[in-house]
Amino acid sequence: MSLWMWLLLSCLFAYAWKLVGYLVPATLLKNRRTSRIAGTMTIGLLASLTVVNAAASGQALLADARLGALAAAALALLFRAPFLVVVLAGAGTAALLRLAGWN
Amino acid sequence: MPLTFPSHLLQSPAVRVGLSISVATGLYGVSFGALSVTSGLDFWQTMALSLLLFSGGSQFAFIGVIAGGGSGLAAMGAATLLGMRNGIYGMQLNVLLHPKGWRKYAAAQLTIDESTATSTGQSDPVEQQRGFWTAGLGIFILWNLFTAVGALAGSALGDPKQWGLDGAAVAAFLALLWPRLKGKEPVAIAVVCALATVLAVPFVPAGVPILVAAAVAALFGWFSHGPKDEGLEPDIDPYDERRQHGSHPGSGSSAGDAV
Repeated sequence: MSLWMWLLLSCLFAYAWKLVGYLVPATLLKNRRTSRIAGTMTIGLLASLTVVNAAASGQALLADARLGALAAAALALLFRAPFLVVVLAGAGTAALLRLAGWN
Repeated sequence: MPLTFPSHLLQSPAVRVGLSISVATGLYGVSFGALSVTSGLDFWQTMALSLLLFSGGSQFAFIGVIAGGGSGLAAMGAATLLGMRNGIYGMQLNVLLHPKGWRKYAAAQLTIDESTATSTGQSDPVEQQRGFWTAGLGIFILWNLFTAVGALAGSALGDPKQWGLDGAAVAAFLALLWPRLKGKEPVAIAVVCALATVLAVPFVPAGVPILVAAAVAALFGWFSHGPKDEGLEPDIDPYDERRQHGSHPGSGSSAGDAV
């Protein structure tokens, strides 16, 4: 299937999740486990996406300028920088490290 | 919309918080737009994600998997699993707002971290309504506008690596994760899932390690007994500043800290 198909299916499923919340009975809200899994999966997925984007290249693990971006972003977050500043810190650090010859 | 709001609405604490969170969240649509086109999506695919999927974390997940060489199926899997929490938000908002008729379907599309947090941070039912719709519509408009700006700027750049855009993606995911790491347990979940990812990368196709981590996290959620709302914090907390000062929600200051 083409990328467009997967993309539109993702949009459909995203809307389905949102809508299902408005259509199911409120008593389901009392199901602790549903909320817990939604929360822990959010943490796990974001942690995993961070690692994949910082250190994976296909099926290989690589230490390159992206690790510098990870460190810079963590530093910016420690200083409570807003989202865009964190992103710019990551981009700037990766770009500078590449200029310095570390790929 | 904001410009035609009757003046009394601008006195509403929820409307003011909603507008300020709209600007803060909308602006980072620039980074999504730029990263999306440099991940290999075209302008209209990028816009389709912001208009139709409209959930920051899932959108970044989709392009993050594609950028890493993952399949469309894996990208869809990561984006869809990350969207589960919006279903929980929908249940909370349905109880608070009781939208009827077409409003229910519009409210569903606007159900994201920030509109939910703006609404549930208010105690007066009228303010809860105002907070949800102001933040939801405001973010929707600005997020799409700034996605377009970012996508156009991103296509004009030459080699994305030269500009460190792959580093920007790493930073964006860490920034989305960060506000959810309150306490030892969420940190433990993040570390275990990061390790599971690293271990899985050499053995399974690109994109799949993210789904492995999701499964580990789901098992953790099933068997452990932490707080119900753990991991459901918004990327940008509309009431951040207020909480630090210890005053109650609805006291009227803006979320200037987030902007």
